[in-house]
Amino acid sequence: MLDLLWMVPALPLTGYLILALLGRRLSRSGVAAVGVGSVALSALLSVRVAFSFVSSFHQTPVYVQRLWTWLNAFDFRPSVALRLDALSLVFVLVVTIVGFLIHLYSTEFMAEDEGFRRFFAYLNLFIASMLILVLADNLLVLYLGWEGVGLCSYLLIGFWYKDPANGYAARKAFIITRVGDTALAVGIFVLYVGLGTLEIQGLVDQAAAKWLPGSSAAVAAAALLLGGAIGKSAQLPLQTWLPDAMAGPTPVSALIHAATMVTAGVYLMVRMHGIFELAPVIMIITAVIGALTLLMAGFSALSQVDIKRVLAYSTISQVGYMFLAVGVGAWSAAVFHFLTHACFKALLFLGAGVIILGLDHEHNIFKMGGLRKKVPFVFWTFLAGACSLAALPLVTAGFYSKDLILWAAWSSPGGSAWLWAAGVVGTFLTAAYTFRMVFITFFGPLKSPFQLKPGFRLKAPLLVLAFLSIVAGFLEMPESLGNLPVLSRFLGSVLPGLGGGNIGRQIWLQVFTSGVVLAGISIAYVLFRRRFDETQRFLGTPAPARIDRFFYAGWGMDTLYDRLFVRPVEWLARIDPDDFVDLIFKGIARLNAALHIILARTQTGRLNWYAMGMALGAVILLALAVWL
Amino acid sequence: MTSVDFGTGLTLAAILFVIGLAGVIARRNIIMILLSIEIMMNAAGLAVIVAGARWGQPDGQAVFLFILAVAAAEIAVGLALILRIHHRIKSLDSDDYTQMKG
Repeated sequence: MLDLLWMVPALPLTGYLILALLGRRLSRSGVAAVGVGSVALSALLSVRVAFSFVSSFHQTPVYVQRLWTWLNAFDFRPSVALRLDALSLVFVLVVTIVGFLIHLYSTEFMAEDEGFRRFFAYLNLFIASMLILVLADNLLVLYLGWEGVGLCSYLLIGFWYKDPANGYAARKAFIITRVGDTALAVGIFVLYVGLGTLEIQGLVDQAAAKWLPGSSAAVAAAALLLGGAIGKSAQLPLQTWLPDAMAGPTPVSALIHAATMVTAGVYLMVRMHGIFELAPVIMIITAVIGALTLLMAGFSALSQVDIKRVLAYSTISQVGYMFLAVGVGAWSAAVFHFLTHACFKALLFLGAGVIILGLDHEHNIFKMGGLRKKVPFVFWTFLAGACSLAALPLVTAGFYSKDLILWAAWSSPGGSAWLWAAGVVGTFLTAAYTFRMVFITFFGPLKSPFQLKPGFRLKAPLLVLAFLSIVAGFLEMPESLGNLPVLSRFLGSVLPGLGGGNIGRQIWLQVFTSGVVLAGISIAYVLFRRRFDETQRFLGTPAPARIDRFFYAGWGMDTLYDRLFVRPVEWLARIDPDDFVDLIFKGIARLNAALHIILARTQTGRLNWYAMGMALGAVILLALAVWL
Repeated sequence: MTSVDFGTGLTLAAILFVIGLAGVIARRNIIMILLSIEIMMNAAGLAVIVAGARWGQPDGQAVFLFILAVAAAEIAVGLALILRIHHRIKSLDSDDYTQMKG
């Protein structure tokens, strides 16, 4: 079965081609069948492949499928090859299964949209690109998938292109991630020049053999890879595109800007762990970036009024946790948090999507309210996702993955109490902003009429994801709770693990974090449920209002970039409409015009002249041939 | 059969070629121009034959037969064109055909 691996990305790609080329002839149900069917088949196939892979896991922990040679230039011969190992398998399963659920959801969510076919074509292309990204056996193929998902992200953020604001958001996302992508491209060049290969296994082996830990080449390569990851995963200082990316349809936010694409940066770093381990200073920077980002985004999420922007800042913050895990060397913890985050964040976005659809595209949480009684199904599934995001102890997946990261931040050689403290403060913020959203949206009086009976295709994905958001955590029981690290052991075949720490201390830290989570939820309950009016009045007074606005605007990063980059360029363009570079090009144009006039003179239209010209030319050429 | 000296043959071909070229450049009657082109072509043919004789190969004569065939076809097309031009412009003077002036 393993040799069918190539079909996993090929199926959605075929779906895209059918929809893009022949889609005009398909009815709406036909489009839905192709769009959902291709991803469903891909998901089934990946599950089947996973079974085969796991059953022969001990003989072949890494399966590489070479398809063809992409380029053949001297000794540069990258092949198009797929690599299945424990790490890529986890990503493939999440991408196809969560992707399938979101496709299914979209058939009902987008049912009325005129761009129905275009939507599914882009979505299929996205799934194909993402699968190419995670299955790539060398960095060139990975980069192909990397740019592919970037393109789909751009196309889908600006999906409703008739509103110029959406187009602006799409361009912003594209340009800012381009900064990171440039760093990644240069990083790939550095790796090739330094190590002479782009294959993942080759890179890890060569780096260990050729580069000393902390050598400047390793640090440069790791820093450039980190730059790429920061752009894609919306981390400090390139995080400003993600909140605006919420302009796209909600299933897109769930799939691309929460569950899969934004974690591609984490995947890249985990994949290249051999390079990062040779650059300890970059590891520290990664951890610090993760810690700062999770705090900043957590504070920003507390002040948002748009439900999707709350979730967007929450995504930035949770990906910050993954960066923290990568930075302290807890590779499998980062992958574990990716897995649980994909489940509960997709669930939260899809739940929010139902609410937004039912309230006629209202995003403002202060205009929602009282939806608990109106749509109990959405409320209970949303609550499951919210509990998982807030890391409610013991019963939710988010608790186990976040706890693993916090424990690694405390106990691993690269960790420190400061990183741990940042993570714990982040946990408090997460619980607070999550339940602020829950209390404002679902409790209190009903503020707007809700007219939607969610059908099966909206409900089923919510139910499955809610189930996963609760039980996915049991894949990895910490030492203090039964010690059954299934996922870490599985990933241990490709990723180095961390040594265990002091179990007694681990229990105390868990109890402490649990208390912090409960405190966050209680404070949210008091501020946004019991004393909602007083809180709003307090936030209306000048000093808190200013802080609130500061957080609301994402710590003023947009304004900063506007002042720092956009305005100077605009100013330069205004004061200097034609500089010497323009003169060069204008000069070329003038020269051509002058030559044209001169040469046109020779076109006398007289045969004798032409014959003489030819004879003269022949004589000159002969003379050159004889005497030179 | 006495063979012609190689240098003499090539010189003759060159002289014929230059005469033809001078005719193409200097004459204004297009029939005369066509005639001059024929002379140039025959000069080339002569050069080919002389070269063939020099190396003792029959290829030169074979190529000359080709040139004869091409020349016949060329004359046919050329005369037909001249006929059309004469119908249209009522002149055989090449200086009157300046419609292609740039």
